[in-house]
Amino acid sequence: MTIALATRSAGDRSSALRARQRRRRLTVLAFLTPWILGVLIFFVYPLVDTVYLSFTRYDLLSPPQWIGLRNYEFAFTKDPQVRQAAWNTLWLVVILVPARMLFGLAVATLVVRLKAGLGVFRTVFYLPALVPPVAGVLAFVFLFNPATGPVNQILGALGLPQPLWFNDPALSKPSLVLLGLWGVGDLMIIFLASLLDVPREQYEAAALDGVNPWQRLRYVTLPSISPVLMFAAITGVIAALQYFTEAVVAASVASGQATTGGGNAALLGYPEGSTLTYAQWLYVMGFKNYYLGYASALAVVMFVVSLGVTLVLLRRSRSLVQGAEGTR
Amino acid sequence: MTTLTAPPSSAPARAAADRRDNLRARRRRRLGWIADHAVGIALAIVFLSPFVFIVLQSLMTSAQALTGDLWPRSWHPENYVEVFTRAPMLTYLRNTLLYAGLATLLMLVSSIPAAYALSRLQWRGRTAALVVVLMMMMLPPQVTQVPIYVMWTNLHLTGTLWPLILPNLLGDAFSIFLLRQFFLTIPQEYADAARVDGCSEWRVMTRVVLPMAKSGIAATAMFLFFYCWNDFYGPLLYTSENPDNWTISLGLASFRNLYQVQWNLTMAATILAMIPVLVVFFLAQKVFVEGITLTGVKG
Repeated sequence: MTIALATRSAGDRSSALRARQRRRRLTVLAFLTPWILGVLIFFVYPLVDTVYLSFTRYDLLSPPQWIGLRNYEFAFTKDPQVRQAAWNTLWLVVILVPARMLFGLAVATLVVRLKAGLGVFRTVFYLPALVPPVAGVLAFVFLFNPATGPVNQILGALGLPQPLWFNDPALSKPSLVLLGLWGVGDLMIIFLASLLDVPREQYEAAALDGVNPWQRLRYVTLPSISPVLMFAAITGVIAALQYFTEAVVAASVASGQATTGGGNAALLGYPEGSTLTYAQWLYVMGFKNYYLGYASALAVVMFVVSLGVTLVLLRRSRSLVQGAEGTR
Repeated sequence: MTTLTAPPSSAPARAAADRRDNLRARRRRRLGWIADHAVGIALAIVFLSPFVFIVLQSLMTSAQALTGDLWPRSWHPENYVEVFTRAPMLTYLRNTLLYAGLATLLMLVSSIPAAYALSRLQWRGRTAALVVVLMMMMLPPQVTQVPIYVMWTNLHLTGTLWPLILPNLLGDAFSIFLLRQFFLTIPQEYADAARVDGCSEWRVMTRVVLPMAKSGIAATAMFLFFYCWNDFYGPLLYTSENPDNWTISLGLASFRNLYQVQWNLTMAATILAMIPVLVVFFLAQKVFVEGITLTGVKG
């Protein structure tokens, strides 16, 4: 090819090059066209439209009506349920996410040490993470059923107190955390892979320096797996912000009467609103009550928060990674 | 624990002391081994016990299911048949397969070329495009839900599963990200060789790169399939008013409300919803674990 090019004149070469470049660009465009349309239709347009709709009153039947900041005013000063929903969601972000990460790391550390049965244990600990969320919640509401559930039967046999779990406003969210810990396998697998990737020489060098296990964790293991931890933290927080299925199904099944998705406002977040999450409130206001303008305002707040979380954590992670000298 | 190599020494007394130390270290290591495995086995029992309890429950009579008994007095596998007569499980199954199957198929058609362009082709704006993919992946679906819902309402497609299937025709951010990660692991040399031979980029992709990325594509397809299979929010949003189009997750969530006290049947239905996912996992465990591992590694 180079020989063929060399024999041609300079003008020919540049036009051939240009033609090739153009074909290249067309190829890239052809490969990307569906995706570009997807970005425009399902991302850019709805994002802009959500912001617009958040300043309007809109119920699908009549065209949107501009009402300025009134939706935001209502959300931030008047709506008592959005406050409760935001509080419950914040609770999940602060408790559920770190609990799952710590437990996932602990289980992964244990599996690394179980050299002989690593494969079997990995499968066992991962298995619950595969269970469909609705099935997992149903199983847990049954297991923790106050009257006849196996957990309270066992606690009773041991002479321990038998809490009301999903039916107690103070324990409903901790019960959901237990469900989250049972399904910790997704994090465990990721942590396990990165633990196995820590260079052996670093552990050997640390052993020669006579470090204790805590120092080994702090100065060898954590710096090496910190990018993976950070990624898990970001995705965990984002998932907690949109926590929906488990809370909705747990409330509906534990109360034994709510319709799917919480059409009955009195039973929302059963018991006593303790499981009402922000995403659920957005769903109910927008798609059950058709306050679409108000739901858009809630969505804009959610967008700002999740974008902020992502950016803050990303910046922290960069400094963390650089501190550990291995920049990716 | 890593073994410490003893410092070189000539005195025989030193050697004897070393041997003693070695023995002690070995004993400590064995104790550690036993402790680790004891904790591991205990934890494994805790992780597996929910499955055992719900299977036992699902085999009880309705009367016994009302008690706190943990062990069935008599065994009733026919509960699993009864589930099908109590709820339109086959309809749920058909709808779920339709949703998951079509969504996965459309995703592969649209996302493979996009992921290929994002990982194997050089062009200006590639980094920016990747940032967009990551943002679309991270953003909660609720953020853009209202206008998208309005759009499907105007197309008269609410009440069906199409609003959940069709968007995959235009790419799925998570799948694109994952496929890109897989494509990056394939050596460039083969593709370059094919290009020198005059292959078009499309042929390079379909004939050279894709066959080498088979397991990655399988993992990505499986992830989306499982995501759709498990999805509750999507079907609830679009089909809750139309039970004919409910998926297994939706049907299961309302099952207990229809059959208040019958925990045995509810648990049988729960197990039926778990089985397909678990079976596929055991059949394709290696591909699956590889895929999950890649989701945690940021490019």
